[in-house]
Amino acid sequence: MSLLEARGLQVAFADDAGKEVVVVDGVDLSLKPGRTLGLVGESGCGKSVTALSLLRLLPHPVGRILAGSVFWKGRDLLALSSEEMRSIRGKEIGMIFQEPLNALNPAHTIGRQVDEAFLVHGLAQSRQVRSKTLEMLAMVGIPDPVTRANEYPHQLSGGMRQRVVIAMALACEPELIIADEPTTALDVTIQAQVLELTRKLQQKSNAALLLITHDLGVVAQTCDEVAVMYAGRIVERAPMREIFENPKHAYTQGLLKSIPSLTGPTQVKLPVIEGMVPSLSELGNGCRFAPRSGRPHRSSWLMERPLLREVSQDHWVESCPACCSQS
Amino acid sequence: MNDAPPVEALLRIDELKVHFPVLGGVWRRAVATCKAVDGVSFEVFKGETLGLVGESGCGKSTLARSIVGLNRPTSGKILLEGRELKWFSGASRKMDRRRVQMVFQDPSESLDARQTVGQIIDEPMMIHDRGNASERTRRVGELLSLVGLSEDAALRYPFEFSGGQRQRIGIARALALSPELLVLDEPVSALDLSIRSQVINLLLDLKIRLGLTCVFIAHDLSVVRHLSDRIAVMYLGKLVELAPAQELLANPMHAYTKALIEAIPRPDPDQNGRFSTLRGEVPSPINPPPGCAFGHRVQSPLHALSVQRPSRFVEASPGHWLLDCPCCTDRGKENS
Repeated sequence: MSLLEARGLQVAFADDAGKEVVVVDGVDLSLKPGRTLGLVGESGCGKSVTALSLLRLLPHPVGRILAGSVFWKGRDLLALSSEEMRSIRGKEIGMIFQEPLNALNPAHTIGRQVDEAFLVHGLAQSRQVRSKTLEMLAMVGIPDPVTRANEYPHQLSGGMRQRVVIAMALACEPELIIADEPTTALDVTIQAQVLELTRKLQQKSNAALLLITHDLGVVAQTCDEVAVMYAGRIVERAPMREIFENPKHAYTQGLLKSIPSLTGPTQVKLPVIEGMVPSLSELGNGCRFAPRSGRPHRSSWLMERPLLREVSQDHWVESCPACCSQS
Repeated sequence: MNDAPPVEALLRIDELKVHFPVLGGVWRRAVATCKAVDGVSFEVFKGETLGLVGESGCGKSTLARSIVGLNRPTSGKILLEGRELKWFSGASRKMDRRRVQMVFQDPSESLDARQTVGQIIDEPMMIHDRGNASERTRRVGELLSLVGLSEDAALRYPFEFSGGQRQRIGIARALALSPELLVLDEPVSALDLSIRSQVINLLLDLKIRLGLTCVFIAHDLSVVRHLSDRIAVMYLGKLVELAPAQELLANPMHAYTKALIEAIPRPDPDQNGRFSTLRGEVPSPINPPPGCAFGHRVQSPLHALSVQRPSRFVEASPGHWLLDCPCCTDRGKENS
């Protein structure tokens, strides 16, 4: 049974001229308890917008969900009132943002900000809340939580700030955690600590995790399943091992090949994906990667949207004849 | 190795220190010193790419900026072909600038938004009186095609280009005066994966075609390993290890280098679940702890014994240099 089920999610943003550009085009996602889904793609591919629209946090009135459905434990999230939505956000679904400095309020102590997470959802009386907060801060590995709770975000390092954001997201023991590039702003040694922490806490609470990242190394270390996004669409979805060992879509293959190895020969040319990410406002309905695939393609393939096809168990690929190796 | 003819060092850094005053109090007096670079020495040979890695705040960008004269060194020397670079004395500054150029991390911030790409690349040549207008225009076209852009890009503005293309423009500008030494500060960190490999290939190509000597700074060890001949690892203002690129990754000797390598998330499911054993964070360069600044992060039992910050940089094996610290290297265990 999946906790969250998104079907055919389509999101549009209005550009400066007021014209709507579709930035997420028919995305399906399914998240299960205790499992981690990695959503991978380059900047501008729509992965963050997908996460925001699941929580109905799109900037109003620029962003708009055009079509699709999001079911959370059987309830249609898109049909809820904003008050009902607020009781789910933070309590049942927690969110960890990329840049902890932007996610924290500079004018309040971190203790107070974690307190708030408990108080807003009525999970603690104001008298006992601080002890819960200190427990939470200790759990995410903040040394000397009693002193730290009275400090402001600017007094903490990047890694410590991200731990505070994680403490806030996990305070209400959410069943789903959405983490949008949680370690991108951190150094590798700190990243390893934060990833380990996230995994430990997830195992403890059996929560589902949607991890948005562009780093395939992070994916290999933490995810159970992977969805690869390109220009607003999921082009391939498979169990993690399958993505690395048997990628079927030309984009996934290109991404994997373009990472320099830690053991192979150095100072040799890396395989590249030619060209650049297309502008979303100029896209047609057909396969969006075919022009960059480096393989011959017919113009008719660019007209019709390729369907997702199951090539082996749980391994889905957009069946564009130019990009999918099994067409 | 000894049979090879001696390779000449193009750049030599000698005991370089860059300290910044920390201002405080009502009168903004200097209340402390931030030792961003604290006694660094190394050489970069002709035609070589030296990679410099370390966590944020370790002083690698400050070091890069001092090499090109954007930070004033507190003490120590920077020598180019044996002659000291005096960026802050005026007379030789302009001449040296032709020989040393820099590529910055964020191409959208390092290009003037109100100049066309042609003007941006032309400006260094104009300042240094390289030829007349038509010769320079021809050279701009050459440079643009060298970095893989079309010549009509000269008439457009930076905002019309993507991140990867802007970084190519930044590289073209740095090459305009045919420098001998190029300092690149995180040139591919801001780029997406598919674009990053394109720019890495361009840098490899330029190095071979122009025989450039480079100092390449990045935090991503796999990228640095791919592009560099030798790699220097920096921690809290000091070099802790310097070795040929493949050797450093295959046989790291300092505990910090080992921890950095271990922490890289590998895109390989079979190595899943390996997390770093490293605890804690980089101490502040304003008030570093006494003794070895790293031992406490690996919980070395020898750390308690270190009272002085290690400063001896020794050649542990041919070409493999190491900061001689008893608690972070195996050398201490052999001696004790």
